[in-house]
Amino acid sequence: MSRVLEVENLRVTFPGVNGSRFAAVDGVSFALSRGETLALVGESGCGKSLTSLSLLRLVPEPGRIEPESRIRLGETDVLSLRGEALRDIRGRRIGMIFQDPMTSLDPVFRVGDQIAEGIRAHFPVSKREARDRSVALLREVGIPDPVARAQSYPHQLSGGMRQRVMIAIALAAEPEILIADEPTTALDVTVQAQILEVLDQLRSQRGMAVLLITHDLGIVAGRADRVAVMYAGEIVEEAPTARLFAQPSHPYTQGLFASIPRLSGPIERLNPIPGTVPPAAAWPSGCRFRPRCPYAFEPCVRDPALLPAGPDHRARCWLIESEK
Amino acid sequence: MASGTGVVHPVTRWLLRRAAQAGVTLVVVTVLLFFLMRLAPGDPLGQLGDERQYTQAQLAVLRHLYHTDQPLLRQLASWAMALLHGDLGSSFSEHRPVTALIAERLPATLQLGGTVLLVNFTLGLWLGAVQAVRRGGWIDRWLTTLSLAGFAMPSFWLGLMLAWLVGVKWRLLPPGGIANPLLGPDTPWWILATDRLAHLILPAATLVIVSIAITMRYQRRAMLEVLPLPYIVAARAKGLPESVVRRHHAWRNALFPVLTLVGLWLPILVTGSVFVEAVFAWPGLGSLAAEAIGRRDYPLLMGTGMLVSAMVIGGGLLTDVAYALLDPRVRWA
Amino acid sequence: MGLTDFIRQLLAAVWRRPAGRVGLSTLGIVLIAALAAPPFLPDPAAQPDIVEQASLPPGAGHPFGTDQLSRDILARVAWGGRISLAVAGLAVVLSATIGAGVGLVAGYLGGLVDTALMRLVDAALAIPRLFILLLLLVVWERIPLPALILILGTTGWFGTSRLVRGEVLRLRHEPFVTGAEALGARRTRVMFRHLFPNTLGPLLVAATLGVGEVILLEAGLSFLGLGIQPPTPSWGGMILDAKPVLITAPWTGLFPGLAIVVTVLAVNLVGDALAGAVNPRES
Repeated sequence: MSRVLEVENLRVTFPGVNGSRFAAVDGVSFALSRGETLALVGESGCGKSLTSLSLLRLVPEPGRIEPESRIRLGETDVLSLRGEALRDIRGRRIGMIFQDPMTSLDPVFRVGDQIAEGIRAHFPVSKREARDRSVALLREVGIPDPVARAQSYPHQLSGGMRQRVMIAIALAAEPEILIADEPTTALDVTVQAQILEVLDQLRSQRGMAVLLITHDLGIVAGRADRVAVMYAGEIVEEAPTARLFAQPSHPYTQGLFASIPRLSGPIERLNPIPGTVPPAAAWPSGCRFRPRCPYAFEPCVRDPALLPAGPDHRARCWLIESEK
Repeated sequence: MASGTGVVHPVTRWLLRRAAQAGVTLVVVTVLLFFLMRLAPGDPLGQLGDERQYTQAQLAVLRHLYHTDQPLLRQLASWAMALLHGDLGSSFSEHRPVTALIAERLPATLQLGGTVLLVNFTLGLWLGAVQAVRRGGWIDRWLTTLSLAGFAMPSFWLGLMLAWLVGVKWRLLPPGGIANPLLGPDTPWWILATDRLAHLILPAATLVIVSIAITMRYQRRAMLEVLPLPYIVAARAKGLPESVVRRHHAWRNALFPVLTLVGLWLPILVTGSVFVEAVFAWPGLGSLAAEAIGRRDYPLLMGTGMLVSAMVIGGGLLTDVAYALLDPRVRWA
Repeated sequence: MGLTDFIRQLLAAVWRRPAGRVGLSTLGIVLIAALAAPPFLPDPAAQPDIVEQASLPPGAGHPFGTDQLSRDILARVAWGGRISLAVAGLAVVLSATIGAGVGLVAGYLGGLVDTALMRLVDAALAIPRLFILLLLLVVWERIPLPALILILGTTGWFGTSRLVRGEVLRLRHEPFVTGAEALGARRTRVMFRHLFPNTLGPLLVAATLGVGEVILLEAGLSFLGLGIQPPTPSWGGMILDAKPVLITAPWTGLFPGLAIVVTVLAVNLVGDALAGAVNPRES
């Protein structure tokens, strides 16, 4: 199992009041192997999007990736790349699907051209060749009548089609890793399923590793090999999917599962996790989930490290130790 | 999905409505200008009569000619009718139709104005973009300060200073006029062209310096709005070089708000040219207006004012049309 | 919050920005020079007409030199500043008042009133302000100062009214407005007590920038002979006087112009800083 991506101790900081900086992503580490799908799950504000942007060094100003972070793509140290070399990994080694296809597509250019642009940025092909490849990609992502559709402007397409175009753009330069940032959040339920199908197909066809970012545990089952749960800038639990679903060990993960409304079974009240997600500028001291945790006890005044909770399963919670 | 399937394309319908609005505004402008003339105290014809020592009989003839002996509403009607026929009245001082005078002087102003617009929409847009990309840096701050300093200068003063410094003291460029009157008709074309260009530089530079701040500011703001947008980040994520991202994607989208600037430019140019043309003896509409002031030539001022307002309204309409044509979201709604 | 608190807060916000600091301090110096200096400087209306004092370059005794009529230029610049600033200030207050009033009425009452007023404003905006001024002023023999201020003030409210109207439209359905209406407040009360204070921010920005605009316009009019009449000194008038002797005595035209540039620049910097304070942009 070769590792295509290794992230160690990623810290992304932003300026706060009075000149200090706070970490929106605080010491995140994970790895991705060839052909594997890792789901990064968390609510909005936990830092998962920033994590994915960091992989491409697209963190918006005034954010900054702190020097103790390490991002390694195979043999390449992503954080030390400059200019041309950095451009080379964007699109070519890592492709990214953005959250809202309406705002992530340039409204004044045709979609076919936007795909072709991504191709010509990395391959020395003629405009015609790039155009042909764009059409082929559109067909691959399941858009009917791709030749005609390539001439459309983004606002002329439906949400689902736009998302497919985004996928086509992400695949244009044939990357080995695909980052899908909330690929279905902006879509209707029925379309969501279709898009996920397309992603699945393409992934297995091309043997890509996928980093799936979402807040929806529902789409993770059956699609991801492993899951990492993020809260307040940290990974609080990670495990193979089946294991996480069977035995969630962190109180936050448990809370997430418990709060999913069930369509079958007796009608019960919803069980939301009490309290709200803390703002990044003011993480609580000690264990960051402590204010909302029903099991908080004495040791929680110190922020736990990721502790082993089973085979290939770790969680950031003192409860695990005390259980032994 | 694709373009409208109704009888009339919705964009065309909107444009027609805009044109109708513009027409209404034009009518209101006509009435406004008319009443402005009547509002001002003093009696232009009487003054003219005094200056030229007309007899009462002559004055009466004059009043009849200019309809000032008729009731107000009748005068408005004759004014409006005349306008519809393209008649902007006759100049007091030159006894020629205003339209003829304007036609004579318009080309020079168009030359000057056109050059100023050209420089503004190339240099100005470029500098504004530079400011946006290097926002907060020393270049951004210095460009803002310099352009604001230029904006704060009275155009006539700057013109005089430049004419004196560059034209007289250093003798680098001609301090006035549109062409060297000594060049005969058999002078080779490229000498004539260079001479014309030399005469154009100072007045154009004056107008550019006092107005470039507007374009730069507009462009800077437009680019700053576009640069953080998701599709710009997405473009970078494709691996496109930064220059392509800026030029191709950011710039193109920032163009739209800047386009509205074209419509706004006419009033600025007009106001500036009145002073600059007077200072540089540039034989255009601006100096025509300045002369009209000196001679208290009411019809000439009115006629010029009417034309300029019509141009401003037309400019605004053209901008809307350009928007409709260029923005695919509007065109293929 | 009270009006004085609001103004104080705005001034503090302007002071916080470096450009605003520069503008505000420069403006302060200009105002002090214009207000305080004239009594200490020779009266520019009195022409000593001592020929050997005519057209002296800047030097001892005459920091800005003298003009062709032996008048000290520094004194005239200071006096002219007093007049020009007063004219601009008063005219802008007038414009802002009319513009705010029209904007409030049009925005709040809506309907036919709004349409009619805005059509009028559109037409007025289509005519370059200079032309309106020229048409109004050209027939006077000598324009009395109050008339000039009045004319400048009544021709400068169009843009402001649109601005205020925009704000009113934005705030019209806010709870504080509907609440007042529900309590039976009269329309005038809603407009002036509730809506108006909320438009004060953008209004002040527009007014500040308007001062710069009026200074330039008045200078231009004086240059054309249609503004402030001699022998009252004005910056524009001084530049007009300097025209025939510019080649031999450029300082006669240079300093009044510089005074205009410095003042208008300062005003615009303050206006900019105010705009930044009133509309905080996301950083």
